[in-house]
Amino acid sequence: MTSRSVFGAALACSLLVLAGAASAKDWKTVVIGMEGAYEPYNLTDPSGKIVGFEPDVAMDVCARMKVECKIIAQDWDGMIPGLEAGKFDVIMDGMSITDDRKKQIDFSVPYADVPAALATAKTSPLAKLAGAGKLINFDKDKAAGAATIKALREAMKGKTIGVQVSTTHATFAGDHLKDVATIKEYKTTDERDLDLKSGRIDAVLDDQTEIVAMLAKDDAKDFTQFGPMLTGGDFGVGVGMGLRKTDADLTAKFDKAIKAAFADGSIKKYSLKWFKIDTTP
Amino acid sequence: MDIAFIWATFLRLIAALQVTLSVWALSVFFGAFIAAGVTWMRVGGIRPLEWFARAYIFVFRGAPLLIQLFIVYYGLSSFPAVRASIFWPFLRDAFNCATLSCALCTAAYQSEIFRGALAGVPNGQIEAARACGMSKSLLFRRIIFPIALRQALPAYSTEVISMVKATALVSLVTLWDVMSVALKIRNDTLVTYTPLLIAGAIYFVVNYMIARAFIFIEQWLSPHLRARSA
Repeated sequence: MTSRSVFGAALACSLLVLAGAASAKDWKTVVIGMEGAYEPYNLTDPSGKIVGFEPDVAMDVCARMKVECKIIAQDWDGMIPGLEAGKFDVIMDGMSITDDRKKQIDFSVPYADVPAALATAKTSPLAKLAGAGKLINFDKDKAAGAATIKALREAMKGKTIGVQVSTTHATFAGDHLKDVATIKEYKTTDERDLDLKSGRIDAVLDDQTEIVAMLAKDDAKDFTQFGPMLTGGDFGVGVGMGLRKTDADLTAKFDKAIKAAFADGSIKKYSLKWFKIDTTP
Repeated sequence: MDIAFIWATFLRLIAALQVTLSVWALSVFFGAFIAAGVTWMRVGGIRPLEWFARAYIFVFRGAPLLIQLFIVYYGLSSFPAVRASIFWPFLRDAFNCATLSCALCTAAYQSEIFRGALAGVPNGQIEAARACGMSKSLLFRRIIFPIALRQALPAYSTEVISMVKATALVSLVTLWDVMSVALKIRNDTLVTYTPLLIAGAIYFVVNYMIARAFIFIEQWLSPHLRARSA
């Protein structure tokens, strides 16, 4: 054995030891990255502090895990590079759990699942769609789900629907309405709402809480929620924490803490506070 | 990173290239006409028109294209009067708005390039043509325009190439150009760099071909600079 390969072997061993040490990391502090601009999941208050549903959930579960959690602001576009570079250990940003995303990162169990809802102009024929306010779960009631999609396809024929890009709403619209309606995907909900008001789009599909917040604004008095609320199926299992695949131990700890926080009603309390509805998955 | 993902991403981005190239080609084409008009107003010697041209260039060169696009697409449509006007069928469409914004913006830059090229025509050549008794229109056609065109090309090619990259902003108005498809794939899959690198490579190849085309045109228009064949 040459001296170089001895050195190489020694290096490999020490790296293995280091790697072993890293995976068995004793988590005392955990840094969580959020946008601070995704109301009501997380938002920045006038003093610059990040508050909202996710900070409340984070602080609650961190206390259960007996770790100190720090929340830092991170723009969505840099979320994954930030996680991989170790700037933070957890992403909480209203991020839907999807199979495609699971290839890159690990997710905790979902901590919220907000049903989807539709909105349109009060004068639109869409406003009269049947099943207003009813909650349809595509996973639990397949027959009602199929009937809802059929009615929605009928109503949306030739119309234009606006969704936010890369959301489960965009997935649903792409899967079920693409061949009958035009789908427009917007970077932000603000831009989409402008187009709803200008009449470029006939309907929007979004989180029910987002729709309620949009309709509560002064300039939205001519618009209304319509049709049933939707969950399950393309809308997935809800939003979860995103973690590095190498931190399976931390993911397991969060899973346990989230389940405990659901069991004693804590997360439900935060969801009623911020979403005004129970968003328990 | 698996080859299948790279290939699938590449195919989706190539399919989106059609939108990028359409917005680019149409806005450069119409922008050139607007620029010709603005240049004419700017150097024509009629004061009010000159002021208008200066104001046009000041506004469209001064403000970011992103803001211009936002105002044309979202801003104008917020006025009920615009929605009731005859322009609405045109302005309602995102592609039209994107092309219009890009054309108006590039026209400001192009007209400054034209103006610079015109100013660069050597005075001696103009005087010589006059001494031969050329009429004003013949002087422009035979002397000023050919020289100015050749002088404008290097700067013009830069502007045309920068317009390819400027079209990456049209995702703001829901168009599926190369950049917006790359960003969507990125958000859907959380794969950070691959879609952006592939998109970057596609832009690079397109811009390289445009640059080569301009070099070819430049050589073709400069026979006096080519090595004579023996």
